[in-house]
Amino acid sequence: MTASAEVVLSIEHVAVRFGGLVAISDLDFVVRAGEIVGLIGPNGAGKTTAFNVITGFLKPTAGQVRYRSSLLTGLKPHQIAGLGLVRTFQRTSVFQNNTVFQNVLIGLHRRGRSSLWQTLLALPGESRCERELADEAHRVLQLVGLEQRAFQLAGTLPYGEQRLLGIALALAVKPSMLLLDEPVSGMNPAETARCMQLLENIRASGVTILLVEHDMPMVMTVSDRIVVLNYGRIIAEGPPAAIQNNPEVIRAYLGEGKKRA
Amino acid sequence: MDELLQHLVNALILGSTYALLGIGLTLIFGIMRVVNFTHGELYALGAYAVFLLEASLGVNFFLALAIAVIVGCAVGAAIELVLLRPLQGADIDTTMLVMIGAWIVMQNAELLYWGGASKAIMTPFPEQPLQIGPIFVSWLRIFVLVVGLALIGATYLLINRSKLGKAMRATFQDRDTAALMGVNIKGIYTATFAIGSGLAAAAGALLGPVFLVTPTMGDLASLKAFAIVILGGLGNITGATLGGFILAFVEEIGAGYVSSGYRDGMGFLIIIVVLLLRPTGLFARAERIG
Amino acid sequence: MKRAPALFWLLAIATVPLWLRDQYYLHVLITTAIFIIAAMSLNLLLGYTGQLSLGHVAFFGIGAYASALTTLGFDIELPGGFRVEHAPWPAVAGFGIAVAAAGLSGYAIGKLSFKVRGAYFVIVTISFAEVTRLVALNWVELTQGPLALNNIPPYTLWIPGVGDYEFWDKRAYYYLVAGVGVVTYVVIKRLVGSRIGRAMIALKENEPLAGSVGIDVTRYLVLAAVVSAAMAGAAGSLYAHYVKIIDPDIFLFIYTVTMVIMVITGGKGTLAGPVVGGVIFGFLPVVLRSFAAPAVQWIIYGALMIVIVFVLPEGIVPAVERWSRSWRSPRPAEATILASSKARDE
Repeated sequence: MTASAEVVLSIEHVAVRFGGLVAISDLDFVVRAGEIVGLIGPNGAGKTTAFNVITGFLKPTAGQVRYRSSLLTGLKPHQIAGLGLVRTFQRTSVFQNNTVFQNVLIGLHRRGRSSLWQTLLALPGESRCERELADEAHRVLQLVGLEQRAFQLAGTLPYGEQRLLGIALALAVKPSMLLLDEPVSGMNPAETARCMQLLENIRASGVTILLVEHDMPMVMTVSDRIVVLNYGRIIAEGPPAAIQNNPEVIRAYLGEGKKRA
Repeated sequence: MDELLQHLVNALILGSTYALLGIGLTLIFGIMRVVNFTHGELYALGAYAVFLLEASLGVNFFLALAIAVIVGCAVGAAIELVLLRPLQGADIDTTMLVMIGAWIVMQNAELLYWGGASKAIMTPFPEQPLQIGPIFVSWLRIFVLVVGLALIGATYLLINRSKLGKAMRATFQDRDTAALMGVNIKGIYTATFAIGSGLAAAAGALLGPVFLVTPTMGDLASLKAFAIVILGGLGNITGATLGGFILAFVEEIGAGYVSSGYRDGMGFLIIIVVLLLRPTGLFARAERIG
Repeated sequence: MKRAPALFWLLAIATVPLWLRDQYYLHVLITTAIFIIAAMSLNLLLGYTGQLSLGHVAFFGIGAYASALTTLGFDIELPGGFRVEHAPWPAVAGFGIAVAAAGLSGYAIGKLSFKVRGAYFVIVTISFAEVTRLVALNWVELTQGPLALNNIPPYTLWIPGVGDYEFWDKRAYYYLVAGVGVVTYVVIKRLVGSRIGRAMIALKENEPLAGSVGIDVTRYLVLAAVVSAAMAGAAGSLYAHYVKIIDPDIFLFIYTVTMVIMVITGGKGTLAGPVVGGVIFGFLPVVLRSFAAPAVQWIIYGALMIVIVFVLPEGIVPAVERWSRSWRSPRPAEATILASSKARDE
């Protein structure tokens, strides 16, 4: 994970304006293969907007996003997921009315291979595909540690475990890069530690991670590199130690009540 | 040219009542986000109320009109209180189904009470139409135009100049903030539904004497009201007013020069075409009230 | 032993004409069954995929008219002077054309639903059905308008051992409709239990989330619409060749409402829901007709719909399932959820 590792995601001078409101004025940074990059900033700095632009839920007013060699701007969310870039959501991160197991099965959608006719005619290939998917779903659940909750309704899980399920959902797609929107929000310290270990395991398996977080100790520990956003602009970028002592960053957070460095 | 002028005048008159219909629905649909299937039934109720008051109770025509509007408001408020308020927060399918149920009950109640034959409403106006240049227009229709415009004006004043209107506009823009500012949201919803229904009843009361009164007259009215709302943009009164006139105009021209059988279809075509091209409505620079 | 209930129902369905001889009740049974097929198709779109399509009767009517016109033949002049002549084809071909024509309209609606969402979509679908009705009413050259298309011939199938058989007899027609009904049920069951079905349910519950895991939302919306419409078209064809006369009233909104009531009361998003709802609202008129005028009946239906929404919003089938489950195993909540979702996973 040296500085010369290949760039996988590049956000090139992205700007987002809603009429007179500037959500992002100029966003320009890269993420390299195998990195864990943390995107932080005070509330309203434009972090979730950035996520929405990268994953195709929002069209930027200017600039573009590239993943590996593909241009992402203009693609629909499901196409971007098909390229290997999968995101989680901060709110409603799971399918509430389905079981944990069914949630992961849904996430495995792209891994399935059966066609409409195979389904309708109940050809033998279909049940074999379904069994393979079911096995894979159990494997993903074991990875995140939710195996014992498999048949509980996702909506009845404690909030922290729902966030975990959201990550499992994203993992099921077999991404090469994960965009996590506040993964540990609502988690207690034990769950947070569990999640941090999970992220390390995921990175070890070759997945690049970009995450947005407010939990400073967590993001400072887990990230290789931090990008700081304020008022839609990057105000600092670098390793966690440097960021923690950066006067501009400290000023941006002063009075927010979130300074927990 | 004369024919065109005649169509224009007809469209103007029809448009003023269509505008009332559309304004009523844009308020309800815009502020409450309810797919109000009973709107057309309030329109029919307005007409039937005038008929009942005049023919069976011998009430003066003008008084009957006024009472019909009040009845419309009352019934609207009742519907909101009994059916919609308990469902606060339910998803759109649920409220939609309840509205459909209410529509079925209302229409069949009217059918049961008055039968399916159409009724005519007598008016105190002379039968002989007035001639202005090449155009013929009946006194009744002039009256309809005047009252229609007056009601549009009154509604405009209510929404933009009164305290209630301000609360309604606030609720439309941001319900939660309005609630935090002390607006009684539940009361606003009831008032909105009542006002919207009253306007529909007014439209029905005005058009009842012009056409005939039948139990199914509300169905087309509902759909046309939706067409007008879509044309004008959700919650946009000016848009609804213009939309009402545009729809009337398109109907008149379409019936006159293309085919009268498809007259009522103009509204639907408008809906489909507009939503295909501009899903937010023609005049929706921003969806706003006023 | 999952086969047992299925076998039981198949037997039950197959043996009905053996004890039900009254021609009137058979008639009600046939029309109810046809409407159940239409309701099942609506359930796929409304209940499983979450699309508030209230123009469903358009697919039914298009299927009916397509089938009738294919079978009767027509001779029309299009604007521009083109003459289109069609010689009568066998009714079975009409069935196929009906499915195709309805499916095509479903494709259009599916594509449209992606552009227009929520309440607007509801209005568009209603308008679509109304426009279709007005076309059927006014394009007299093709559809005979309010004079109706009549003398529609029944299906003729070649049955081994019997030869060419014309489906005039009510009992035979019942088996035909029941057969199509069972096929429809199985198709829907297979679809919703599959990967494709999961995608539809996902997009109904949370579209952005579905998109983020790679589900092409438009594609599955359109697929659901096409399959749903095609099935409704099939039901329309069955209807046309049974009553043998159809007019533009077939497109009336009230028929969509009937289907919606059946689905909602029975339980949207369940397999048995539309069947249960269909049976109830198919036979309720029979029960009520002796002492209630049609207008009164409709008032009862309207009131019933409101009551169901307030009291049993999920519908009858899920309520019964929940009740029977809690009765069978009064154990803590988690175990019950375990049981119910395990059953769903099957």
